[in-house]
Amino acid sequence: MAEKIITSQDVHLYYGEHEALKGIDLDFTAHEITALIGPSGSGKSTYLRLLNRMNDLLPNIRITGDIRLHGQDIYAPETDVVQLRKEVGMVFQQPNPFPFSIYENVIYGLRLAGEKNKTVLDEAVESSLQAAAVWEETKDVLHQSALSLSGGQQQRVCIARVLAVKPAVILLDEPTSALDPISSSKIEQMLVNLKNDYTIIMVTHNMQQAARSSDRTAFFLDGQLIEFNATAKFFTAPAHKESEDYISGRFG
Amino acid sequence: MDPIRESLLKKSHQAKLERRGRLLGLFCISLIVVVVAAIFYFVASRGLATFYHDKINLWDFLTKQAWNPGTKDSHGIPEVGALPMIVGSFLVTIFAALVATPFAIGAAIFMTEISPRRGMQILKPVTELLVGIPSVVYGFIGLTVVVPVIRYLFGGTGFGILAGTFVLFVMILPTVTSMSVDALRAVPRHYREASLALGATRWQTIYKVVLRSSLPGLLTAIVFGMARAFGEALAVQMVIGNAALLPHNLVSPASTLTSILTMGIGNTIMGSLENNALWSLALILLLMSLVFNLLIRLIGRKGALKP
Repeated sequence: MAEKIITSQDVHLYYGEHEALKGIDLDFTAHEITALIGPSGSGKSTYLRLLNRMNDLLPNIRITGDIRLHGQDIYAPETDVVQLRKEVGMVFQQPNPFPFSIYENVIYGLRLAGEKNKTVLDEAVESSLQAAAVWEETKDVLHQSALSLSGGQQQRVCIARVLAVKPAVILLDEPTSALDPISSSKIEQMLVNLKNDYTIIMVTHNMQQAARSSDRTAFFLDGQLIEFNATAKFFTAPAHKESEDYISGRFG
Repeated sequence: MDPIRESLLKKSHQAKLERRGRLLGLFCISLIVVVVAAIFYFVASRGLATFYHDKINLWDFLTKQAWNPGTKDSHGIPEVGALPMIVGSFLVTIFAALVATPFAIGAAIFMTEISPRRGMQILKPVTELLVGIPSVVYGFIGLTVVVPVIRYLFGGTGFGILAGTFVLFVMILPTVTSMSVDALRAVPRHYREASLALGATRWQTIYKVVLRSSLPGLLTAIVFGMARAFGEALAVQMVIGNAALLPHNLVSPASTLTSILTMGIGNTIMGSLENNALWSLALILLLMSLVFNLLIRLIGRKGALKP
């Protein structure tokens, strides 16, 4: 039995009166890629953002249930949010590099931690950009603004920025939906290569992407988890009627 | 002829209205341009007469310290050294900006990052109110409160650069604050999210991302405040002491370009040297406000190039 790195039980989330998540039970296995799929508004992104407490920033929100990282309740008052976010990194839908140089972007997390040693920083930049499959394109322009890169390159720099912090888990919120197919497939390939070192949880709208790259797939619909299964099984023999309708394109 | 074809050849009522509206707009714009050009021409022709007509050396004008246009010095040259006023103007402007900047940026951070709801409810109306207070009221408060306090604390008359700085600080604070708020608000939300998601605290996010990426906007806010401080006349005149002397310290009576100008302009005869010398001060003011404007544009453009 593989190690469960994140567990969640009976998670509810309310925006004011509206119940956006209606009791989610979902566990994630270390060193796997889990894809969260479902139509817009199904709650998959909201759920993803719970895992590193990004929803804390929203006003008028109420969360109940139990989410644990390595057995520690991440919503417990004594849990340090800053440390949690170092362990659970996040990549957003829109590439969002800071308006600094590529180099400064990648070492941002290390600078926060107070790292000043130039050798350490240089090594972190190279290894992170290499792991994010963008080193060859950026190694000669490290001190140019990250905003001068293409969208796909920017997104990979953002992934490198997360990798530099060495989190245990990486959350990706539709990381390729704003990118062209070639950039998307590069990122997909890179994620598969990262599996050995990280646990990856990815929200995606692209069912082929989920089928190609993930180990397990969770299907969300209307704030509920309909099905959670091994990806191969989910796409060939789904256990639920709604899953089958969704993957065959009958709605969503 | 075909009726539709005929109607196409005639100018419609709407087209005529459109034409008239455009002419009206053009007229208004040209009027403004003409007025600005006329002001420039007038101030320049008067201000330059000091140097062409009255044969005053420009360098002497900018560097000599004695200001007494009615009398002549031992060489028979009128005493029109504007240095004390130029120094006074720059000192109050720079000090006011130095004092106002931390307060303004602090308030702006509070209003946008720390407590947007309460900040906007309380601080925004307050800053808007401060903008609306006439400068004579600021001057009067300065005269009755600030000057005596300075006199009590530091001795002397209480009039001087320090009193001017203090009054100007309060006057430019709302301008700088509200412009800083706009600059901080223009920082995209996703920069903050990215920073927090990388394990930054709120303060680290403000310091390393928000302030850094809004730097051009913040600089514009400060320069805007400085432009306002430099041009302010009445309130400063009431507290600075109006002695055309180079200030020895912050509490000795001094003067600014604006204060000497407002005091003297009614008491001189048009075309005389005394009058022309005042116009030369006005020309310096005008050129400085031009410089501030160019500075704001330059910062804005630089910020736009490297977003």
